[in-house]
Amino acid sequence: MKIGIVCPYAWDVPGGVQFHIRDLADHLIRLGHEVSVLAPADDETPLPPYVVSAGRAVPVPYNGSVARLNFGFLSAARVRRWLQNGAFDVIHIHEPASPSLGLLACWAAQGPIVATFHTSNPRSRAMIAAYPILQPALEKISARVAVSEYARRTLVEHLGGDAVVIPNGVDVDFFARAEPDPRWQGRTIGFIGRIDEPRKGLPVLMQALPKILAEVPDARLLVAGRGDEEEAVAGLPAELRSRVEFLGMVTDEDKARLLRSVDVYVAPNTGGESFGIILVEAMSAGAPVLASDLDAFAQVLDQGEAGELFANEDADDLATAAVRLLGDPARLAELRERGTRHVRRFDWSTVGADILAVYETVTAGAASVAADEAVATRSRRRLTRD
Amino acid sequence: MTTFIWIAAAIVLIGIYLSWTAGRLDRLHARIDAARAALDAQLLRRASVAQEVGTSGVLDPAASIVLYQAAHEARQAEEDQREVAESALTQALRAIFAEEAQLEAVREAPGGEQTVIELTAAVRRVPMARRFHNDAVRAARAVRRHRVVRYFRLAGHAPFPLAFEMDDEPPAVLDDRSAGN
Repeated sequence: MKIGIVCPYAWDVPGGVQFHIRDLADHLIRLGHEVSVLAPADDETPLPPYVVSAGRAVPVPYNGSVARLNFGFLSAARVRRWLQNGAFDVIHIHEPASPSLGLLACWAAQGPIVATFHTSNPRSRAMIAAYPILQPALEKISARVAVSEYARRTLVEHLGGDAVVIPNGVDVDFFARAEPDPRWQGRTIGFIGRIDEPRKGLPVLMQALPKILAEVPDARLLVAGRGDEEEAVAGLPAELRSRVEFLGMVTDEDKARLLRSVDVYVAPNTGGESFGIILVEAMSAGAPVLASDLDAFAQVLDQGEAGELFANEDADDLATAAVRLLGDPARLAELRERGTRHVRRFDWSTVGADILAVYETVTAGAASVAADEAVATRSRRRLTRD
Repeated sequence: MTTFIWIAAAIVLIGIYLSWTAGRLDRLHARIDAARAALDAQLLRRASVAQEVGTSGVLDPAASIVLYQAAHEARQAEEDQREVAESALTQALRAIFAEEAQLEAVREAPGGEQTVIELTAAVRRVPMARRFHNDAVRAARAVRRHRVVRYFRLAGHAPFPLAFEMDDEPPAVLDDRSAGN
């Protein structure tokens, strides 16, 4: 099958959506499909052979933060050329509602279009105003995929219609096979994520830490991620600061080894998550997971069956749960075993098969993807040849 | 003279808008047709596999008859009975594969492994195809309810699109994602 995938975010910036697309493309290529990914990238960025650059993303203030987006006639023309050259059986657009490549591709293409909605942002004012413009583009999508039941609910509320739920994939065996590192073993609590982003919840964990250390004095907290380390421990009593180790940015291999080594992985995120890939990675590595009870996390952890949940932003509840877990090896072993079994459904073999099933369902009884003639004619009239 | 030009311009603009909306609606109807064809294909595939299992003699006679009958009726149903017949097949499949032992029996028969894979794929893809179809129907209905579309009869003679409502909950043993199948 000839598959075109559209990535809305710059290829050289690490991010969940980019990693997902990279892994999906690798998986599909391994199965013998022809894959081309259209992504924003600088001209100097080294790209894998299957990625086609759609030009540089421009930083613009959007929705309260600076986002790097692609728009304008040049990008639109590149999208159209990619569609014409590719002659795809199906195109898979990620984040079609963000004002970037996804939306442009939706606008410029016709034929079987699959779209994955990753984020579950509440509807912004810009989106309400743009709804009449957005709707004709979005209604070309033949199959909508949401990454979690939670993302599906917000999608249905904001845009109407329906979507199938296919979770993000993880290479489970990559994490399961990693060697534990003795330096990171022995009463260790793991945290991976941006240190200086409060949404990732490190402040909540830091608040809970004194209580945990009061009960389990030999516990250690291992923090992997970018950010200001001084500032992160500023709220902690000086004598406890030595119990926190910062590992900085870690490679994928070290991340897997860290997750294999820790006694408990804590995900104290306070909101804005639509899936929770890190929980899946932790479970793949056999780490018992303790996470805040966000909708998305509760779903990934099977409502607390595959990992423990604590009340979001409640440092006391987090401390109590962590102390209980660290003092109960039987429960930890049980969580390891349950997590390992539960996580199989997120493996690429399962997720990839589901995504291919969607491709096959939409291509049955439909012509292949082409550039939308109406859009092309309209643009030609505006003299926008590149 | 100026008034005349303004009126002419307005008429041209309205014409362009109407033709664009008609095109949009046409595309939506094409999407529904494609989605419906895909749904038909998946339903037929499911009924065929079910009928194969029903006639194979692998299951006990009572289960075989129930499954064969349901699959046969799903395939032969008239258009207006289709939703009921397909739901009945779903329920028959759920009842028969309520115990895992039945699935094991099919799996152990010669060529049974392949049949189980096909059946699993079929019961998984029917709900998918149905969601995509109903999503297309909803989008088309939203456009067709517009006043402009109704007053200018932009939908032509195309029938008002109807959603396909059925029970498509797969049997639990066939939908066990933890086994990695």
